Amino acid sequence: MAETTTTGAAPAAAGQKAGAGVLVSRRRRRFSLLTRHDKLILGLMVGIPLAFDLALIWGPTLASVVLSFTNWDGIGSVTAQNFIGVKNYENLFGSYLFFRPALYHNIIWLAFLTLVATPLGIFLAVLLDREIRGTRIYQSIFFIPVVLPLVVVGFIWELQYAPTDGFINNALGLVKSHHIIDWLGNPNINLLAAVVAASWRHVGYVMVLYLAGLKSVDPSLREAAKVDGATERQTFFWVVFPVMAPINVIIVVITTIESLRAFDIAYIINRGKNGLELLSTLITNNSISEASLVGFGSAIAVVLLTISLVPIVTFLVSVNRNPT
Amino acid sequence: MGNKPPFGPSALDLDLSRRDVLKIMGYSSVAAFLAACSSGTTSGGSTTSTGGTVTVGSNASDPLPKKGMEMVNAAFTKANGGTVVKLNTVDHGTFQDQITSYLQGTPEDVFTWFSGHRMRFFADKGLVSSIDDVWDKVKSNFTDAFATSVKGNDGHFYGIPVDYYPWAVFYRKSVFADKGYKVPTTWDAFKALCVQMQKDGLTPLAMGDKDGWPAQGTFDILNLRLNGYDFHVELLTGKQKFTDPRVANVFSKWAEIAPYYNDGLAGMTWQQAAQLLVQKKAGMYVLGLFVSQQFASASAADLADLDFFAFPDLGTQYDAEKALDAPIDVVMMTKKSPTLSKERGQANAYLQFWSKGSTQLIASTAAPGVIPVANDTDTSGYDALTKKAVEIIKNAKRITQFFDRDSRPDFAGPNGMQSFLLSYLQSPKGNITSLQGKMQQFWDSLPPEA
Repeated sequence: MAETTTTGAAPAAAGQKAGAGVLVSRRRRRFSLLTRHDKLILGLMVGIPLAFDLALIWGPTLASVVLSFTNWDGIGSVTAQNFIGVKNYENLFGSYLFFRPALYHNIIWLAFLTLVATPLGIFLAVLLDREIRGTRIYQSIFFIPVVLPLVVVGFIWELQYAPTDGFINNALGLVKSHHIIDWLGNPNINLLAAVVAASWRHVGYVMVLYLAGLKSVDPSLREAAKVDGATERQTFFWVVFPVMAPINVIIVVITTIESLRAFDIAYIINRGKNGLELLSTLITNNSISEASLVGFGSAIAVVLLTISLVPIVTFLVSVNRNPT
Repeated sequence: MGNKPPFGPSALDLDLSRRDVLKIMGYSSVAAFLAACSSGTTSGGSTTSTGGTVTVGSNASDPLPKKGMEMVNAAFTKANGGTVVKLNTVDHGTFQDQITSYLQGTPEDVFTWFSGHRMRFFADKGLVSSIDDVWDKVKSNFTDAFATSVKGNDGHFYGIPVDYYPWAVFYRKSVFADKGYKVPTTWDAFKALCVQMQKDGLTPLAMGDKDGWPAQGTFDILNLRLNGYDFHVELLTGKQKFTDPRVANVFSKWAEIAPYYNDGLAGMTWQQAAQLLVQKKAGMYVLGLFVSQQFASASAADLADLDFFAFPDLGTQYDAEKALDAPIDVVMMTKKSPTLSKERGQANAYLQFWSKGSTQLIASTAAPGVIPVANDTDTSGYDALTKKAVEIIKNAKRITQFFDRDSRPDFAGPNGMQSFLLSYLQSPKGNITSLQGKMQQFWDSLPPEA
């Protein structure tokens, strides 16, 4: 839909440039360009996705918000008796033991992806952009994890981390010397273990995005910088990086969203407990499980939605600003 | 995962007296019980049909139990005029997580489930069909204790018990013989054995609690031995508080054996921990009889080497109860299955078929680790392990199902008791009072169970 608005806005902008006097007549002509058939097609192209969007995204979202004020257990229909006001939120912010750890873990996840994984992906992209020998092979290797679903990534890393029969402890000789590191079970390190697994995939993702961006940077900019006597580092940080602003925004948004929706790996490891609590696993464990605390789970979902709106709105604002 | 889990509140008691029944009925009121006594006459004869089809939703997703289910279905097809059984096997854990929406959506005609509290819950909600007509025909094949285990709060019957299994302390006979270990019957002997095993280079106790529920078995047995059946059941249903000093007692006793667990217990599944026992790296393992599946997969010799003993006495008045967890599996009939009205006859026949000892034997032979419950089961082929398992359950005066079946699922789950026990195992000598406070605080924050 963003597509439609942008293309629609372009002729209007052109009209404005042409001068206010002819604006009215131009508008009329623009409309007359559309036949009835065109309008029908346009209506369908906008209407069908819009209907899906309303039914599949806005509907469930609003339903979650409504359910968050109930104590519905998922059985039968929601009745007036189910409405309990803001009690779920009081409980969530007041006494629920797992909310604060989950929030911290999401923040740690975000911090690690932002400070370690994303810069590493960018670094790899810059290296590979220099046309070193075998660049395509490296690209493929780093990109392969991106093709895998996170669930599979979770399984792969679970096998690496397993205490006695996992690869890491055996490779380090820890199983033989009876000094097992409990990567998955020690609540002080299992979050780090999980986020490393997530980074394994994230690095490749960022690398590919950034590499595509780097390829589109005008080579004359670099040449000009070189002529001016800039070092490689200076060229990257003062010339290339600022030019890449649109890609940078996308990467920041993707990193944030990846951290907020982090779920699969923690859930596969131990269903998000014992140091791996995340907002998403709390939602699942409360509402889509035998516990059936649908109302309470929805309240957590609404909190996560509210947090997610921050990067989403930032992204939309920046995208809508860019075309002009 | 491969857990063989946990069921509802105890309804199985083999030394059954009228008083016991009342006690055991835990959740149901006396009125419901009395109503139950007079309700047996409501049903007419069940109608069974041959041929056609019947659909079955199964949580038997591990290889051996799955094979057992398929063998039973094949036998049913043969015995019931070619009735086609459409089997839908769902991963055990997933099946459990989605049970509420499953039963409300378009479930199969018949499904596998657990007896007790969670069975009665869905019966109360009207999501499962009562099968009084079938039960009337087959009830002579079950003891009263099993009958109680499939009776709803309304006095109607909702399931056919198909198997059960005890929780105990498992070990390898050859290891005990080689090292000259004796089966400990007291707490001190048990601890002394742990010390000795450690000296001999063994991990005394195996534990794999990544999935969160295995440690609940140890909590159950310690609480039963220390504080008795009544307290345990009341604690798990909210009539006693987790801040009770008696609960603190459980954790301080537990702390005496916690140092003898293997490293990495919070990162290992029960199957991975069982491998420590299979490979003779660990000496003992507190788990359900289903641990034998891991031995069966290893080799017949390994399976023959597996043995167990009852959890040792703790020197309290409750030792005499000989209580233990012995969960019962059942097959039940859904209510919302779109095909049920058409296939009710076949579904009835299918449930009847499961009530036979010969059927239950097919399943338990394919997947060792469970014991048939029907009276007419041919027990002559039982191996020593199964015979002993039958015996230990017979000796128990009180039987519970398992923590996460005797308690409400939102309390027992991953962001609940499973988390609390994992953090306990992280530092068994840590601040227990604060942990108990968290448990009670969490219980109090849950909405009333409808």
